[in-house]
Amino acid sequence: MSIDFGAGGKDLELVGLRKEFPGFVAVENLDLKVPAGQFFALLGPSGCGKTTTLRMIAGLENPTSGKILIGGKDVIDLKPHERPVNTVFQNYALFPHMSVIENVAFGLRQRKVDDPMVKAQAALDMVELGHMAERRPAQLSGGQQQRVALARALVNRPALLLLDEPLGALDLKLRRQMQIELKYIQMEVGLTFLHVTHDQEEAMDMADIVAVMNKGQIEQMGAPEKLYDRPKTAFVAKFLGQSNIFVGEVSETNSEAVSINFKGNKITAPVARSEKTTGKIAIGVRPEKTQFHATKPEATSTNNVLGPGEITDIRFTGVSNQYLIDIPEIGEIIVFAQNVGKSPVVELGAQVWVSWQVEHSFGLADLPTGKEDA
Amino acid sequence: MKFSLGKYLLPTYVFLTFLFLGIPIAYTFVFSFNDSIKSNIIWRGFTFDNWLNVCNQQDVCDAFANSLIIAVSATLIATVLGTMIAIALVRYKFKFRSATNLLLFLPLATPEVVMGAGLAAQFLDFGWPKGMLTVIIAHTMFTLSFVVVTVKARVATLDPALEEAGRDLYANPAQVFMKITFPLLLPGILAAAMLAFALSFDDFIITQFNSGSIDTFPKFVYTAAARGIPPEANVIGSMVFIVAIAIVVTVQVRSSIKQRKLAKK
Ligand SMILES: Nc1ncnc2c1ncn2[C@@H]1O[C@H](COP(=O)(O)OP(=O)(O)OP(=O)(O)O)[C@@H](O)[C@H]1O
Ligand SMILES: [Mg+2]
Repeated sequence: MSIDFGAGGKDLELVGLRKEFPGFVAVENLDLKVPAGQFFALLGPSGCGKTTTLRMIAGLENPTSGKILIGGKDVIDLKPHERPVNTVFQNYALFPHMSVIENVAFGLRQRKVDDPMVKAQAALDMVELGHMAERRPAQLSGGQQQRVALARALVNRPALLLLDEPLGALDLKLRRQMQIELKYIQMEVGLTFLHVTHDQEEAMDMADIVAVMNKGQIEQMGAPEKLYDRPKTAFVAKFLGQSNIFVGEVSETNSEAVSINFKGNKITAPVARSEKTTGKIAIGVRPEKTQFHATKPEATSTNNVLGPGEITDIRFTGVSNQYLIDIPEIGEIIVFAQNVGKSPVVELGAQVWVSWQVEHSFGLADLPTGKEDA
Repeated sequence: MKFSLGKYLLPTYVFLTFLFLGIPIAYTFVFSFNDSIKSNIIWRGFTFDNWLNVCNQQDVCDAFANSLIIAVSATLIATVLGTMIAIALVRYKFKFRSATNLLLFLPLATPEVVMGAGLAAQFLDFGWPKGMLTVIIAHTMFTLSFVVVTVKARVATLDPALEEAGRDLYANPAQVFMKITFPLLLPGILAAAMLAFALSFDDFIITQFNSGSIDTFPKFVYTAAARGIPPEANVIGSMVFIVAIAIVVTVQVRSSIKQRKLAKK
């Protein structure tokens, strides 16, 4: 690519960051560390404080307390234009009185970079809008404006790029394409990306580290596959993918496994995968880790069995089939089965048992409140 | 029988309105070509003399020049001050903000006679001789409110996110103002300036109270009306009208050309 690549990314550290609006705490004691050159995704429901966090890092909002370190340097006293940070704004914020290319060249011109127009054009080509360089932002569609906003920030090669749902307005195909492009640039240049998104698939696909945020706090942070495999709270288990969660008093526990009594059924999880082993706890399993059977499978120490129940809903989503199984007294369980054409009886109303390997269970630190799905 | 109200009544009404508005202007324009001798009331024949030698009647031209100087100065000062006040009122919270808002409305609501007399008393109190300076101050004062109200409306529609984007893209506060805020407010500022100019240029009452022996164009026409307005006054009136129309037409045409150009792309 012909754009002059910057000096690479810097690491970002937030220490006890807090933001209070009059009568409302938007961000509460946020601690996180993004290593240099990493793709960090911040995932969370609407209103949980993602945009506020980015605004504080960019310098557009003053934190109530806490520290922001970029490349080890405290930037709290730096004005927005003095920070090596660029933002792709959630609402684009393109300058309406400038052409598209002038928008993209704005940051380069401010820093007196050589050949701003050439670099701006290259950035526009990258987002496939090279032919619209002379248009005004008002003459672009929402998705096109979003790509201009992306180009305008990216062209500066900042040490830290903040992306506030930068692909939200794009259709699936363009979204995938931009994701690949973004990931490529991020790796190629070694920039540090802090990417806010609603799309958990996008976060899992692209990020080196995913943090799930809820009500102004980070619930859990880690590699995407790890977060998915072992969510620590009910919120993460429900927000990142789907989960079946069972709550009960601990009935048996040894050095290897912990079991609960779930409405008369024994459900077991490995101790190594459990946050809590006493009192009332929640044990969960991902739907794709469960199977159903036409005959009752034998319960062993390595599997959990529930049933029988009735299949009340079947959804074909292409690669997998999603079954909803209603077990009397127990409730509904979701089962995903690969669509490989060798499933057992798969008719609505069929009577089945559900089982899964104990090693796939995870024990949560809290109990579901029932509001996680909201 | 079908009688459509909209079909006949409305066009007739509109036509009569424009006729009513247009007759005095047409009269002024036509009589600027009158070959008058002493008074310009009876048509005595067509001539270009009045247009070619506007400044024959020296006092008409002087009064016109004074009006221009006053209007330009008051407009400049009021526009700069008013724009700053408008931005402050919309964007910043400060002590007495609502009081300031209220005070700015007062000149709009105060009868001109009262304001003119009040200002005159004030200047007398200061011991300032009435003249060009006092008129400019008075005009700045009463046009300021109009500027603030006009520009404020524009500032209110300006998305603060744009300025934030500018700051994020390495522009310091002064650069953000010059490159983003100001260009986006410009249409509003221009409209405010034009309004201020028009208000100042044809103001009579406040000027009468505060100008002393200085003659302005409205003052001249008013005094001349008693003994017959000289045709040169008609010429100047017509010129102002033509310039105003020309400006409006140019702006309209330019924006429609721009629209068409963009549509083609
Ligand atoms: N200027 C403000 N004054 C008061 N409250 C605010 C202000 N800005 C944001 N908030 C509140 O802070 C909370 C967090 O807002 P924020 O914009 O950070 O959410 P978000 O996580 O980005 O949500 P979304 O995904 O919908 O963009 C919200 O509840 C919001 O109402
Ligand atoms: Mg947001």
